[in-house]
Amino acid sequence: MKELSLNILDITENSVKAEATLTEIIIDETSGSLTLTIRDDGFGMNKETLAGVTDPFYTSRKTRNVGMGIPLLKLAAEQAGGEFTIESRSKDEYPDSHGTSVKASFDKTNIDFTPLGDIVSTMTTLIQGHPDTDFRFIHTFPGGTAELDTREIKAVLEGVPINTFEVIRWIEDNLKSQYSENS
Amino acid sequence: MKSLAELQAIKDKMKDKVVLREGSSDIRVVVGMATCGIAAGARPVLNALVEEVNAQGISDKVTVSQTGCIGICQFEPVVEVFEAGKDKVTYVKMTAEKAKEVVTKHLIGGSVLTDYTLKDENL
Repeated sequence: MKELSLNILDITENSVKAEATLTEIIIDETSGSLTLTIRDDGFGMNKETLAGVTDPFYTSRKTRNVGMGIPLLKLAAEQAGGEFTIESRSKDEYPDSHGTSVKASFDKTNIDFTPLGDIVSTMTTLIQGHPDTDFRFIHTFPGGTAELDTREIKAVLEGVPINTFEVIRWIEDNLKSQYSENS
Repeated sequence: MKSLAELQAIKDKMKDKVVLREGSSDIRVVVGMATCGIAAGARPVLNALVEEVNAQGISDKVTVSQTGCIGICQFEPVVEVFEAGKDKVTYVKMTAEKAKEVVTKHLIGGSVLTDYTLKDENL
C-alpha cells in the first residue's frame, strides 16, 4: 500500500465485515514512532483462524473473511522496524466480550516507514460506505489531537443519514480543521 | 473547528429532503473496496464518484456504494453500474478522472464509455 491510511481503511473493512457495532481507530504518534490500534466488537476469530491470518497464503475459502490485508500491514510494520500483534475473541467462546484488536507499531525514522497519508479520506470513505456501524477515531500527535465519534454525530443528526453528502463534507472539514489548528 | 452547530444546521436543511430520497434511486454505482481495490486506488475513485454525483445534482437517482472483492483483482479499481432493465456495466482500471467522465457521459448522458469497460477478450 502507498499510504498507511490505506492499510487502515483495508483492515477496518474487516471489522465491518465481522459485524462490529463499534470500531476504534487509535493512532498514537510521537516525533519518532507511530502506534496504530484497530479494535472492534465484531464476531472475532477462533484460535485456528487467528493463527492463519498473518500467513499470506492462508485462506479459509469457505468464508473468505481474510486475505492479504493483515499480512500487508504486518509487513509494513516489520519492515519499518516495528511490531505487529493481533488478538481476537470469537463470539462462540466469548459471547459477552468478543472482537478483534490489531496493533502495529512503526519506527518513523526508518527509511521503509510508509507515511500515514490521507487519513481524513480514509475516515470519510469508511463512514460513507458503512453508515449503520459506528467508528471512533483518535489521533494524537506532537502538538495536538484529532478525533471523531460517529455516535456523537448521529445524536445530532436525529435520523438524517450520516452518509448524506453534506454531512460527509462536514466530517471532512471538521477533521481537517482539527489538524490545521494543531499544526 | 467546524462546530456541531453547523452540523445541526445541515440536519435541519436535510430533514425534509431525506423523506423524498428513500427508495427512489434508479442507478446503483458500486466500487470494489477490498484489499485489491484499495491498493490499486479505489479510494480516490469512490470519492470522485460521490463528489461528482452531488456536483451534478443527481444524488436523488444515483446511489454510490462499496462492495468487497469482485473477483477480477488485476483490473482494479473496478466500478460497476446497475440500472433497472439494462445490462450491468463493468468499468475497469478506473481513475478519479475517468470516474467523473462516467458520471457526466454515462449516468447523465446515457452512453456507456466502452473504452473503459471490461472486454470479453480480456478474460
